[in-house]
Parts: sequence; C-alpha cells; structure tokens
Amino acid sequence: MPILEIVFYLFSTVLIGSALSVVTVGNPVHAALFLVLSFFSAACIWLLLQAEFLAIVLVLVYVGAVMVLFLFVVMMLDVSAVRPRGGFAAYLPVGLLVALIMAVQMFLVIWTRGLETQLMPEPRPEGYSHTSEIGRLLYTDYLYAFEIAAVILLVAIIAAIALTHRRRPGTKSQDPGQQVRIIREERVRLVKMSPDGEEN
Amino acid sequence: MIEQLLTLVWTVTKIMMIVLPITIAVAYFTYFERKVIGYMQVRRGPNRVGPLGLLQPFADVFKMLFKEIIIPTNASRFLFLLAPVLALAPALTAWAVIPFDDWLVLANIDAGLLFVLALTSMGVYGILIGGWASNSKYALLGGLRSAAQTVSYEIAMGFALVGVVVLSGTLNLTGIVQAQSGSVLSWFWLPLFPLFVIYFISGVAETNRAPFDVAEGESEIVAGFHTEYSGSAFAVFFLAEYANMILISALAALLFLGGWLSPFQGLPVLGETFLGAGGIHWFLLKTAVFCFLYLWFRATFPRYRYDQIMRLGWKVFIPITIVWIMVAGLFRVLGWYGA
Repeated sequence: MPILEIVFYLFSTVLIGSALSVVTVGNPVHAALFLVLSFFSAACIWLLLQAEFLAIVLVLVYVGAVMVLFLFVVMMLDVSAVRPRGGFAAYLPVGLLVALIMAVQMFLVIWTRGLETQLMPEPRPEGYSHTSEIGRLLYTDYLYAFEIAAVILLVAIIAAIALTHRRRPGTKSQDPGQQVRIIREERVRLVKMSPDGEEN
Repeated sequence: MIEQLLTLVWTVTKIMMIVLPITIAVAYFTYFERKVIGYMQVRRGPNRVGPLGLLQPFADVFKMLFKEIIIPTNASRFLFLLAPVLALAPALTAWAVIPFDDWLVLANIDAGLLFVLALTSMGVYGILIGGWASNSKYALLGGLRSAAQTVSYEIAMGFALVGVVVLSGTLNLTGIVQAQSGSVLSWFWLPLFPLFVIYFISGVAETNRAPFDVAEGESEIVAGFHTEYSGSAFAVFFLAEYANMILISALAALLFLGGWLSPFQGLPVLGETFLGAGGIHWFLLKTAVFCFLYLWFRATFPRYRYDQIMRLGWKVFIPITIVWIMVAGLFRVLGWYGA
C-alpha cells in the first residue's frame, strides 16, 4: 500500500513545517494558527495508525477548545506592541535545551518498548473497536492512574479559579436571581385615562 | 492501483450526492426562512421571482456571485479569503458520518458522534479568523463573541451527548439510532428530556442564531464578523451557517427522535408500508421540524444579553446536564432503557 506511506509523509512534512513555523513567524496570531495546523496534522497521522478515538479527541480538545481560547487572547493583544525582544535568536538556546530534554524522554520511552522499527502497524482485524478497547483499558488495568490524572486536573481547575477569582470593589454586576424574581404588578401600573388627561 | 482509483472516484461521487442536496437544501432553507418569518409577521415574504417566489434563492445566489469581493486595507489577505473556506469545510465534512437510513451513510465510523462534535467545534475558526483578518473592530468583536459563546456551549452540548452515549452504549451514530428502536416511547427524547432540550438550545447558540446571535448583533457591532465581507465570500459564510443549522437539526433527529425510525413502528395495522417501516423520509421530516424551530425562535424571541448567554450556558445548562447524566446512568443500571 504505497498510498498510505505517501499520505503519512505528506502529513509529517506539514506537521514538521508548521511546528517550525510556530517558532519562526513573527506574528503571534499566525504562530497560533500554525500550532492549530500542526495539531491537526498530528491527529491525521494518528488516524493512519487507526487510533481514531485519540485523533478525534486531539482535534476536539486542542483544536476545538484550547487553541480557540489561545487565539482569543492573542487576538486581543496589539500585535505591533508585543514584538519579541531580540527575536528568534534570543530564545534559541532555551528552546534547544527543552527540545533536547524532550528528545531524550521520547527516546527513553521508545527504547523501553524495545525499539520496534515498524513504519505501519498491522491492520486491525474486522470488528476491532479502538474506542471500546481504550475504554476497557482505562477503566480496568489503568483505573488508578486514570483517577489520579482526573484528580490532578480537578485540583488544577480549582487552583486556577482560586487564583484569579477575586472580588474587586466598585464593579457593577446584576443579580440574575433578583431579575427573575420580579413581579409584574410591582413594575407596571395600568392607568385608565379619560380623553382630557384626567386620571380616574 | 486501478482499484484504488475506482474507489476514489466512487467515494467522490458519493460525496457529491450528499453535498449537492445540502447546497440545494440551504438555498431553500433561506427561502423557507423568509416565508415563515414573513407569515409570522403578517407579510407574504418573497413572491416575485418565479411562481410563489420559488426562484428567489437562485436570484440571490447569482446576485452574490456577480458582486465584487472587497478586501479591506491592511487586512490579512490570505487569512481573509481562507476564513470562509474554514467555516464551510467542517460544516460539510461532518455530514460524512450522518446516517440517512440503516445503510445510507458515507463513512460508518466507530466514533462518529465524537467526529461530529469535533468538527462542529472547528467551525468557529472561520468566524474567528474572518473577524481578525478583516482589520475592523466590529468584525473582531463579533469573532471574539462567537468564539467565547461556542466554547461555552460546547461543554453543555458535549455533556448532553454523554447522556445519549450512556443509554445507547455506542459512539456510532447508526448504533445510537438502532438502540432507540421500539416505539416513540423508546426514543431518547423521553428518558433524556432535559438533555434533549439543552442539546437543541446549545445547538442554536453554537450556530450563532437568534436569540443567541450576538456575534452579528447589528444593534451594536454592525454585522459582526462578516461586516467586511461581500460577494461570494459572504455567500460562503452564509452557506456554512445554514449547513450547520441543518446539521444540528439532523443530529437532534438522530440522537433524540430516533433518526429514520418510524413513529408507528410495531403497529400491526401499518406493517411494512412506508408509514410503518423506517426510512429516509422520516429522517428528513424530523430534521425539517427542527429547522422550522430555528425559524420560529428567530421570529419569537428577542436577542439575549451577552452576560445572560454566558450565565445560561455555564450556570444553568452544565449543572443540569451533569445531574441528568447520573439519572441516565441510573436508568441504565435499573435496566429501564438501553441495551
């Protein structure tokens, strides 16, 4: 099946190209859009591995929600005011260090799995459901890890709210409960008027 | 190689057989909208072009196509032209997994429901990018409003769908409809009634339609994200919006009203006639009902205030959905509904 390999290299090229563009383009909005493109290409590569659940969740969470909020913030910045100091070269050493650490981590993960040099996995048998297989593993073999990850996320949510939520004096807000509780009779008074303007 | 090429040609033919009817449906949806709202406001609506005004949508399309696309000064030209495409592509792609009948589906994939959810959430990029690339404050504000609204209501929508998944036990759309087989009472609208209502209202909010259309609130920000668009680029945004509305309607019909299943299923009198047996006509009819609801809402409700939209999404819908997911789980454990 040469077509699968062509598609794989196509998506990999787009992925690497867009990932490089994220750090090299000057405009932060363009950088965020390139990040979206690289997430999307990664999802497509996962689809080639028949990991459809993971691919769709990657698009749903990162492309559909996280990056929308990223763009939301970046678009409100004044682009000309936030030109990075020193440009690309100033951040290069730190970036290279992070990249090196990540490369070592990935190498260790793959190395412990026995370095299988396999380009494409064997096609799954008919009727194999990747989605239900992940669900089964998550809720049986890896239940504790899954629950711990969930608790960590919950703590992060609560911490984020606790850090940013503060009552500032002087802000004006409406109490929806009060708005809902109003009665028509308290607000509206129907008045019968005679034609000459006398209230009767 | 020849075999792969044939598969490709056949797939493209099937895609055209879905996309063309959707485009026609969008054209007549706009006609239907103007007629319905017209009669609700004691007017007649379009009635000059063709008999009963039936050629009005085509007149509109040709008018749009012959207009000039004006690109504003200092607009980001590439993104400005890319945005309508990014809005339309997910709206059409999502139809790939929609089953029209028991066997009539382009791609019967395992995680179809997630696929639809992922694609509907991507539609916001077109609006967001279009708003930013226009280099106009109205367009930017419209785009930002739309993004915030879509992200907020997506959570309620996703939770509403979790209830459906709990009862049907599958993410496959064909499987979800088959799990509702029985009668009107075994469709998921009954056990999941709050989720059904929340799903459709969130769908209206996610497509930025009245009464949640602050993204193009003309009283404050001219026309919102498409203020600077004209001609065919504007028409593509329009096409995407209406294709999304029909998609949300179709999903509501599939997930809560039993898709192509007949409401008279199992009645011995009707048997296997077109009334008793399920078929695409039932699916289209149910979809049309939800499409009509969109128009009814637009003619009835005044626009929500922005903070009210956010409150409704976060503080009302999300708690209700979380509670009802547990109720759905209870139904499942007790064996009242679901396989």
